[in-house]
Amino acid sequence: MTYDLIIVGGGIQGVATAYELAKRGAGKILLLEKTFLTGGSTGSCAAGIRAQFGSEFNVRLMARSLEIFEHMDEELGYSKDYLELWQGGYLVLAYSGKEFEGLKRNAEVQHRFGLDTVILSHEEVQKEFPRVNVDGVVGATYHGRDGHADPFRVTFAYAEAAKKLGVDIREWTPVSEILVENSKVRGVKLEDGSKILADRVLVSAGAWTTALLKTAGVDLPLWGEKHEILITEPWERVLGPMVISFSRGFYIQQRPHGSFIMGLPPVDPEHWYEPEEFDFSSSMDFLMRMTKEATHVLPFLKGVNVVRQWAGLYEMTPDHHHAIGPVDEVEGLWVAAGGSGHGFMFGPAMAEQLSKWMTDSPMDIDLAPLAPGRFKKGALVVEPAVVG
Amino acid sequence: MNEENIIVCRCEDITLKQLREAIKDGYDSWDKLKRYLRIGMGPCGGKTCKLLVLRELAMVKNVPISNLYLRKTVVRPPVRSVPFKALEKEASL
Repeated sequence: MTYDLIIVGGGIQGVATAYELAKRGAGKILLLEKTFLTGGSTGSCAAGIRAQFGSEFNVRLMARSLEIFEHMDEELGYSKDYLELWQGGYLVLAYSGKEFEGLKRNAEVQHRFGLDTVILSHEEVQKEFPRVNVDGVVGATYHGRDGHADPFRVTFAYAEAAKKLGVDIREWTPVSEILVENSKVRGVKLEDGSKILADRVLVSAGAWTTALLKTAGVDLPLWGEKHEILITEPWERVLGPMVISFSRGFYIQQRPHGSFIMGLPPVDPEHWYEPEEFDFSSSMDFLMRMTKEATHVLPFLKGVNVVRQWAGLYEMTPDHHHAIGPVDEVEGLWVAAGGSGHGFMFGPAMAEQLSKWMTDSPMDIDLAPLAPGRFKKGALVVEPAVVG
Repeated sequence: MNEENIIVCRCEDITLKQLREAIKDGYDSWDKLKRYLRIGMGPCGGKTCKLLVLRELAMVKNVPISNLYLRKTVVRPPVRSVPFKALEKEASL
């Protein structure tokens, strides 16, 4: 059978795009996942959602994404409890005057797009968030609609909704090659040697995207970078916001489930392009660095038990923005990857806009500047508010 | 005994009934059940529930436990949960 579209990758991007496209009547869609849904970067992410970015693109997209998260229960038919949606805000701490100025500039962009980010002085942080140790904190910004959503449940909810609209989803089906003929995509070849034909192929395979595109002769500067993370035992609610610092790198949030999830960027990250290089091991070094930051900024955590460490990949691009859109070199081949650590939170908005693009409908937020061709042209998009 | 009253996962209070329903709904591997029910993600790290879950999966699929798929390379420290204060001194060295 020939499909209208094959999507490679069962993370938030692929699954949500499958749903959005099916909703827009984009024909017969097949989604292929190498392991199980959320088996890649989506399933290892920190579950944070925030609109406190600095680039116009990211602020607009995340403002839209938050709206989608806020109405996801009605859209997909799963309760906010099931999706573990929590909007306790992100408290972004500044540890120098210069950093604070940067956060204020970001807030200006956020205000321009309708977000009510507040700027807090040292004293206001102390007053509003008494559990936060404000030692060295110059000021902060806070946006109350930022927060948390469960990456597993959100992806599963999109998958169930997509299946109801006729999307075929196959797990444990690794794709080994993208088939191209006369610069036009023909379908994919699976690891077992069989072929599935399609008029279009969308690769949303996170850090695995680069190697797959290579089989179609396409060179994408997108690499995997290991980031470690840990989670604690659940407690009753004691911390509202995600507490985060771009300069120190830490982020710490209490999930609706009760556990505290937290991470820190790697010190000297390697850039991995080939899946054979990917390493998901956990380190003592991370545990120690995380302990130091966590017990400093939130001293009450000292008595909390660490339950589990794991690692996942940020899929990075040279300008920390997605590579999303049609691939110039091969007709019918599309890519949607490179969330640079933010793929989950952007997923719903990116899927919505991309599905409009792929069905020739006008996009509300023009993604064209994020098309993968920008790297060759040197037309990079800059984002100042990232961790690591 | 009523399967609603049998707790399979003590950390997350998951009953045998919930487990069986999840498997029926297609969450039919250790990895997917973990992500769907949070089974094995609590303080016990799966040390209490994993074998019970695998036995249930093996029965449903009618295969020996040794034939179930388990990702062999995934290790999630710490072996037992540990409070931050026990790590603090080491961390500040």
